[in-house]
Amino acid sequence: MSLLRLRNLSVEFATTGGRFRAVDQVDLDVDKGDVLAIVGESGSGKSVSMLALMGLLPWTAKVTADEMVFDGHDLSKMSARARRKIVGKDLAMIFQEPMSSLNPCFTVGFQIREALRIHLGMDRRAAQARALELFELVGIPDPEQRLKAFPHQMSGGMNQRVMIAMAISCSPKLLIADEPTTALDVTIQAQILDLLVRLRDETGMGLVLITHDMGVVAETAQRVSVHYAGQKVEEQPVRPLFRSPHHPYTSALLAALPERATDKRLPTIPGVVPGQFDRPQGCLFSPRCPYADDHCRKVPPAPRGPDLGLARCHYPLNTDERLAS
Amino acid sequence: MDHALSKEVETQVEQRPGRLREFWFYFRENRGAVFGFWIFVAFVIVAATAPWIAPHDPTQQFREFALIPPVWQEGGNWSFPLGTDPLGRDMLSRLLNGARYSFFVGIVVVVVAASGGILLGLLAGFSPKWLDALIMRLMDIILAFPSLLLALVLVAILGPSLTNAMIAIAIVLQPHYVRLTRASVIGELGKDYVTSARVAGAGLWRLMFVTVLPNCLAPIIVQAALSFSTAILDAAALGFLGMGAQPPTPEWGTMLAEAREFILRAWWVVTLPGLAILITVLAINLMGDGLRDALDPKLKRS
Amino acid sequence: MLRYVLSRFATFLPTFIGVTLISFAFIRVLPGDPIIVMAGERGMSQERYDELVIQFGFDRPVLVQYWEYLTGVLQGDLGTSYVTKRPVWDEFFALFPATLELSICAMIFAVALGLPAGVIAAMNRGKFYDRALMSTALIGYSMPIFWWALLLIIVFSGNLGWTPVSGRIDLLYYFPDTTGFMLIDSLLSGQSGAFTSAVRHLILPTIVLGTIPLAVIARQTRSAMLEVLGEDYIRTARAKGLPPGRINGIHALRNALIPVITVIGLSVGTLLAGAILTETIFSWPGIGKWMVDSIFRRDYPVVQGGLLLIAVMVMVVNLTVDLLYGLINPKIRKR
Repeated sequence: MSLLRLRNLSVEFATTGGRFRAVDQVDLDVDKGDVLAIVGESGSGKSVSMLALMGLLPWTAKVTADEMVFDGHDLSKMSARARRKIVGKDLAMIFQEPMSSLNPCFTVGFQIREALRIHLGMDRRAAQARALELFELVGIPDPEQRLKAFPHQMSGGMNQRVMIAMAISCSPKLLIADEPTTALDVTIQAQILDLLVRLRDETGMGLVLITHDMGVVAETAQRVSVHYAGQKVEEQPVRPLFRSPHHPYTSALLAALPERATDKRLPTIPGVVPGQFDRPQGCLFSPRCPYADDHCRKVPPAPRGPDLGLARCHYPLNTDERLAS
Repeated sequence: MDHALSKEVETQVEQRPGRLREFWFYFRENRGAVFGFWIFVAFVIVAATAPWIAPHDPTQQFREFALIPPVWQEGGNWSFPLGTDPLGRDMLSRLLNGARYSFFVGIVVVVVAASGGILLGLLAGFSPKWLDALIMRLMDIILAFPSLLLALVLVAILGPSLTNAMIAIAIVLQPHYVRLTRASVIGELGKDYVTSARVAGAGLWRLMFVTVLPNCLAPIIVQAALSFSTAILDAAALGFLGMGAQPPTPEWGTMLAEAREFILRAWWVVTLPGLAILITVLAINLMGDGLRDALDPKLKRS
Repeated sequence: MLRYVLSRFATFLPTFIGVTLISFAFIRVLPGDPIIVMAGERGMSQERYDELVIQFGFDRPVLVQYWEYLTGVLQGDLGTSYVTKRPVWDEFFALFPATLELSICAMIFAVALGLPAGVIAAMNRGKFYDRALMSTALIGYSMPIFWWALLLIIVFSGNLGWTPVSGRIDLLYYFPDTTGFMLIDSLLSGQSGAFTSAVRHLILPTIVLGTIPLAVIARQTRSAMLEVLGEDYIRTARAKGLPPGRINGIHALRNALIPVITVIGLSVGTLLAGAILTETIFSWPGIGKWMVDSIFRRDYPVVQGGLLLIAVMVMVVNLTVDLLYGLINPKIRKR
């Protein structure tokens, strides 16, 4: 039994122009010790699906799922109170903007001890000791002084370390990192990623890494799930995905990596992710797809089998490689 | 299988709604605002047609009918549906005519205060630091005085009358427009579209009135609605203190002041003018809240 | 923090100068000659008039006059009332405790009801409690308080006879005003029933004066709470699995209080404006009523002095609020 099992997860937002489907029939599985990367452009619904899992979406969002099972509990059928026992303890999340994700009015020490006292029932002293330990674990120098600091007195990288310390404070079974490095300097990015992977190795927790950076994926992930306009369009282990992407979108994403550029000019994907008012009728990627034909534009494709990376495509790529192997 | 899925993933191609329609959508969603809007419309109609729909002249005294209660009370009289005041004047006619004064006060004060305030605010936002500081300190000085007190003193200088009350209230309300306009101008000035207009060679006047001002209007419109109601309240307060419209003008605040001594004997002469003020001000504030919610993208639902 | 304090003072000084300029100009832009006004109905001889012109310094250049006015003000000399012939300064501070007592009570009333109302409304956004509370708040915000006062008098004093109509205490009781605060003095006097009488006199004026600040605080608290509830750190708090009471009551409220305290501070001006109406209606012997009476009596030195003192008071309170804002907002405090 996998640690996390999502089946047919959809999220809709009520807006002026009617309902907007931000997440569309997504299936996901994460095992213990697994590192799953969710990749996609902005607006592909990758964060929203995870926020839905955490129960963090605003009230305008409507979440539906056939199954939303974490560690044997179906979260979609639990009361809010019971869910709070799991969220923040066994299931933790860190966010893109470390600066605004910490409460400016309280010291980081207060914010980290708070979780310990609520979930583990620690007293003041035990919480303080554990907080010190956590700060050392995530590599914050001079932890005793830093615990007394306010978020705006520290750098973005330090704040992200605080966020990570806070997230792993109750030894979660699954940590979701939503673009944890996007807002940080390049040099800090690598440190934070190393830290996340190291923590996974040490604790055996599952890790979901939401990112739009294929470089990050290649370095850290074991499996990759590619999302486009709310749908999961392809899922493969990391090596086969980089070697033989089946969905044209994945292929285009990989081609856009500077390291892979063969031409003088970096290839790009023309156009943008469809929004609420320009959602195509057939395959969602068809307006930007170089291989699309009338069939693609009219009929939405269903996911292919696992041998084709579950690609949502009428004409998957690299099928010959499968034949050859 | 493809067929089944295609049904599920059915996508609607929708048009992005136009700006006015989007505004109306948000405004309409707020039922209180729509309610306030219709009451305001009724108020405007009454203000426009009061002399024709009022049963009597508002200043005509029916001495033999002084302090007649409203029709539904014992001793009521159908020729005076809402009763009469101590001098035998018809309450209904006075209330209807009072709407004219309140509406007039609101319009004049908002137009004067807003146009002056927007001009000064734009000037402050665009001008060099010293002029900006000068204008803003000047506004700080006006704001240091409690508004009603300053209006009272101004009226004491100018002499008590409705016109002077309006001038005083406009002066007192104007700094709010200056601050608001300046704040949003400064907010807009840093944005890229202003830079691009500058690069494209737009002159200062064009930059001020064509490029920047339209983008600052949303909070100003809301402020206009709110100061409309403040103006009505303050004018009524000045009238109540005897420093606004003078008797026998059927201004609501002045009517209340005249009725004060009958407070325990004839509830209607005290209750009705105040109720008229409250309903009008409430309707405008409801509308103002709706405007703010519809125009302020921050509070919009995602 | 020090830089913040200094910058606040830097804007305070020019505003103070401007306020003195306005109150100085006040007596000189009045229609009619102030000296003739002072003489009243009786009139005066030409010699006496010339004497007074020199005494008031109206013959000297305006700048010199202003300078003397300003130095006088800084030494507490605000002129003498035409009517009572007492120094304006003394009159002001004799009446001020009454206004202060009323204002404090009104503020406590407004904050004690407004803050929880705003928080409850924000927590129940769009639901029944939110709508009911915010509709009530909007009615309060739209209330012509002079009418509201009359209504309360009709019901509570007229029909029910629970509360007195005017004044600070029954005439039965007499005791020295040690502190100027009737609630404290009546307790100190030890006379039975004095304190209750003082309280009963305070109830209606407190409600009337507190109504608009109450509505403003409730609305502001709600919107500040709603804004804060959309912040990333609230999402973090929820991701930590904290109970809603803790999220709203600690994480959100602490941040929402920053704008709310500003609003509370800024409503001191509103409170004083409201005191003018409230004190006039309830014959409350404070500075609001004193100002209105003086305007009607054409007691111009009193109006001039009172205007200046009230404005300075509002400015001092606003400055305090600004400094307090720096103190509760850690982003400024630790700079």
